Amino acid sequence: MGAKEERAGTDHYFLDPQQFDELIAALRKLGYSVIGPVVRDGAILYDEIESASQLPVGLRDRQGPGYYRLEERGDKAFFGFVVGPHSWKKFLYPPRVKLLTVSRKGEVTAHNGGERKMAFIGVRGCELAAISVLDKVLLGGPYVDPVYSTKRKHVFIVAVNCTEPGENCFCLSIGTGPEAGPGYDISLTEVVGDGIHYFVARAGSSEGENLLERIGARKATGQEISEASVRMEKSHTLFRKSLDTVGLKELLYRNLESPVYTEVAERCLACANCTLVCPTCFCTTVEEVTDLSGEVAERWRRWDSCFNADFSYIHGGSIRSSRLSRYRQWLTHKLGTWIDQFGVLGCVGCGRCITWCPVGIDITEEAAKIRRREVEVSTA
Amino acid sequence: MARRRPRIAVYKFASCDGCQLSILDLEDELLSIGERFEIAYFMEATRAVVRGPYDIGLVEGSITTPHDAELIKEIRKNCRVLITIGACATAGGIQALRNWKGSAEFMKYVYASPEYIETLDKSTPISDHVQVDFELRGCPINKYQLLEVMAAYLAGRAPSIPNHSVCVECKLRGTACIMVSRGIPCLGPVTQAGCGAICPAYGRGCYGCYGPKESLNSKSLMRRFIEIGRSREDAVMLFRLFNAWAPGFREVEAEA
Repeated sequence: MGAKEERAGTDHYFLDPQQFDELIAALRKLGYSVIGPVVRDGAILYDEIESASQLPVGLRDRQGPGYYRLEERGDKAFFGFVVGPHSWKKFLYPPRVKLLTVSRKGEVTAHNGGERKMAFIGVRGCELAAISVLDKVLLGGPYVDPVYSTKRKHVFIVAVNCTEPGENCFCLSIGTGPEAGPGYDISLTEVVGDGIHYFVARAGSSEGENLLERIGARKATGQEISEASVRMEKSHTLFRKSLDTVGLKELLYRNLESPVYTEVAERCLACANCTLVCPTCFCTTVEEVTDLSGEVAERWRRWDSCFNADFSYIHGGSIRSSRLSRYRQWLTHKLGTWIDQFGVLGCVGCGRCITWCPVGIDITEEAAKIRRREVEVSTA
Repeated sequence: MARRRPRIAVYKFASCDGCQLSILDLEDELLSIGERFEIAYFMEATRAVVRGPYDIGLVEGSITTPHDAELIKEIRKNCRVLITIGACATAGGIQALRNWKGSAEFMKYVYASPEYIETLDKSTPISDHVQVDFELRGCPINKYQLLEVMAAYLAGRAPSIPNHSVCVECKLRGTACIMVSRGIPCLGPVTQAGCGAICPAYGRGCYGCYGPKESLNSKSLMRRFIEIGRSREDAVMLFRLFNAWAPGFREVEAEA
């Protein structure tokens, strides 16, 4: 479906929790694998679901740099949390995928990872933006990624607007949230309060509208719509983190030798966690596999990271042998050269790299430090 | 196939035999290994011995006695390609814990007549004694990684054995980081991949079985262990396991 035709529905629909469950059932009936947030290993992950009862009902995630814990909310909210370590790229751009099979006789079979109708439930604004970044990277330009384009073809997106941003969220400063932007089929705002629990839904595509009609959703009342709006307005006031994007690219280009990189390399583990949880990091490596018989060879692609030495291995060695050079490569790509390459920031403000860094390195802090240091140096 | 099958010899030094057992554990592949290679010397599997020289020597275990130190030189001369397998052979193994203490006192407690024991002061990896062509890490090794090394040998290509962190394997299999989500200390960020990140998938911190990853930062991870509530002593002890003597793990005490 790529970029959905933009028909931001003016109509607002009302869904109660029962109807939300019917939405999932209806998608399954239409042949979609429905994927949504579930609790596993003490975190909220994305996996296949059959009903709303499998959602992390009544849970919230407390996040900090290198810190994540689930807590009871004291209500029955379906989406009372933000984002966990998984992102939708897991399904659109699988961690490992077979690209080719070659036989000794010379038969070559190309693979595209397999087609599948997928419905993503609970896609946040930042995540929708991340999918649109991946669309640009993997579908834009002359070289279309066959695996991504196959997976992306039949995706139905149910977005959720964030009424409570997390501690590490900074989408507001980037402009990717807390409202889910274009690209969804249906967007939801959850309203939970004293004795009330419902969703205000909008359709972003004709498929979305058809589905809302099919489950018999009625139009929302003015009161219901305003309850949802109040929550979204409040959400804007709850952000604790921000990334100053003004002149950011130029700032980074001017400060490639910033002492901040030396300090961060003291902490950085070069473990690659930040890149692997990032919803836009798309780097992969390709491995050729042979068996003992030598009759068949396979080519596999798997997620790689600019924090791995082999990633920059060329004839003679790795060109980024230090942790400093790897962190700088990542930061300047994500917040700088990405713009030159794809016309957008590589960061969507989801905060995953902050939460899931085992030593809690904070991208917003590091960028701010580089800015501060430049000012200090120039005024010194 | 007219070509002579490459001859393999499997040797053992100070070790538990677990890595050799991993070879025998390749049950589904053993027949095709036998077709492609001649198992010429493998005492754990058979008393039948084909005399060397050999194309490939697989060496398990660390060097702990003067006799070992001489024998490994003979083995090196007898093998065209020498591959060490497992944490003992690549890093000195769990028995290298004595490297911090010396063996005299331990011997006094363990043996009735310690004067008959001839041992070296330190347990050391094979590469401290002879040139090693490839080191396959792990405690024990991953049998599929060994198979990959053998398939690569046959195809005349470099084996695909990544040297990145265990974290990459957690992420590939979708395990949520247990250090972040549960505060469990984990050596994954400083340890080389290879096991498939088994322990974190079962809620246990990584034990560092595959030894230090490239460009590791043990110092920073040590600081984090202390921040999340471990004492300095306990944090050092997390590094004191099968790869305790490996450069990168060995220095944590001094660094911290």
